[in-house]
Amino acid sequence: MRFLCMVRMDEAQAAEAPPAIYQAMGAYEQEGRANGTLVESQGLLPSAAGAIVTVADGRAKAIDGPFAEAKELVGGYAVVDVHSRAEAVELGRRLVQLHLDNWPTWNGTVEIRQIAEF
Amino acid sequence: MGDVTTRAAIEAVWRLESTRLIAALVRMLRDVALAEDVAQDAVVAALATWPADGIPDNPGAWLMTTAKRRAIDVFRARARHDRAAELLANELAEAVDDDPGAGIDHVEDDVLRLMFICCHPALSAEAQTTLTLKLVAGLSTREIARAYLASEATVAQRVSRAKRTLAEANAAIEEPSGAERAERLAAVLGVVYLLFNEGYSATEGADWMRPPLCDEALRLGRILAAIVPGDAEVLGLTALMELQSSRLRARVGADGTPVLLDDQDRSRWDAARIRRGLDALAEAEAVAGDEPGQYLLQAELAACHARAAASADTDWMRIAALYEQLVRRTGSPVAELNRAVALGRAYGPEAGLALADQLVDHPALTGYHLVPSVRGDLLERLGRHAEAAAEFTRAAAMTENARERELLEARAVAARAASVE
Repeated sequence: MRFLCMVRMDEAQAAEAPPAIYQAMGAYEQEGRANGTLVESQGLLPSAAGAIVTVADGRAKAIDGPFAEAKELVGGYAVVDVHSRAEAVELGRRLVQLHLDNWPTWNGTVEIRQIAEF
Repeated sequence: MGDVTTRAAIEAVWRLESTRLIAALVRMLRDVALAEDVAQDAVVAALATWPADGIPDNPGAWLMTTAKRRAIDVFRARARHDRAAELLANELAEAVDDDPGAGIDHVEDDVLRLMFICCHPALSAEAQTTLTLKLVAGLSTREIARAYLASEATVAQRVSRAKRTLAEANAAIEEPSGAERAERLAAVLGVVYLLFNEGYSATEGADWMRPPLCDEALRLGRILAAIVPGDAEVLGLTALMELQSSRLRARVGADGTPVLLDDQDRSRWDAARIRRGLDALAEAEAVAGDEPGQYLLQAELAACHARAAASADTDWMRIAALYEQLVRRTGSPVAELNRAVALGRAYGPEAGLALADQLVDHPALTGYHLVPSVRGDLLERLGRHAEAAAEFTRAAAMTENARERELLEARAVAARAASVE
């Protein structure tokens, strides 16, 4: 079964990421490739490069980023292929743990959602 | 955390860690059966202590240390009458004392060695796939039994027999290099693709496909791509499996009947898998030499279908040319049969039938249901309905897959009806 794992965090904090976190993330991804669980992953640019399309007065309306009012934003995602939800949760736990180990002030969440198949 | 949650978490950790755990233990202990035993002992120890103590921060290192301590006990017990075991015990004990979590940093080499061992030439194809599923993919005996519609006892017996064969062949201490390494890697790719194909079109049973086997094969392909980077055939196989699996959900109707390529709703093809497949194919092409290997060629073939927005847009001339290359490369009569199909589509059914007719008496294709099935299709398109009906009936009698048999019987009935009109 496949899960989409989204890392959410305060966008202002993301600018202060210490170099150690990038190294740790690299090792984490290599581990995911070597055990076959990581299908694909991407980091996202700040919301200033994005937009939100919403409904205003019954019509579609686009608003360019940054999304100042949002507290936590998706900063990156991974698609993982595992045998159980517990396995996806363990991958998420390790991801949060490596943030804590390498970036003690980090504050964020990993949202894990199962991808519908068939 | 409740006991049930902890159990699920321990199982999850085992899934994530078992491959590299066993792979590292095989390197240290030079004994496949013992490596698996002490790894299992470590999980039993986790089940006994983690529910109370909580899951350690680095569960993989915990399992490794526990397994090594267990191995030391085993070697010490043997040491009473075996000097070599005593040396190994001391060596291991020192390693554990120096750095309890160490031993999981040669992951790539270790896992590849484990794959080579599982696909050892002394083993039968069946033993190779079973052992690969057990030790590399981390499946339980019950899961393998379910996947292969076999009994657990049969699978367990197959595994223990395979481990004995490996011990007799001293498989755990070999370090293949050069041409032998290339051969062993080819064997691993062969096993992974066999596994994928068994999931993609089950050779027997009630279901036309068994997607869980495809998933395991895809996972093994990703592991290979990570541990043998920049290899054209590894990338080719990854591309091939991604592209083929993009059609899984379109290949079966709501009632479980097979849907053939021409009749598939292409909007149901998985676009993400196609993109990943085409990306891997581009990577493979970039590192391939002048003589593309069989998996790269097959990925090129799959890409011809993936790129066609509608069945009528398929570049059958390119497909026929690629099959010609594949036949030259592998000498495979099945590839030749597929070339007949492609010729039929590119240059008309007469061209296809001329080649298919030559394959009727091919010894390697005796009993292969796709020979009459392909001939039936070509004959039907030539308006020779009575002959087509006879071929479909023959094909239906030859396949072991119930769903495919129904499809072929239906085609026979339709062809017979057309012949009396």
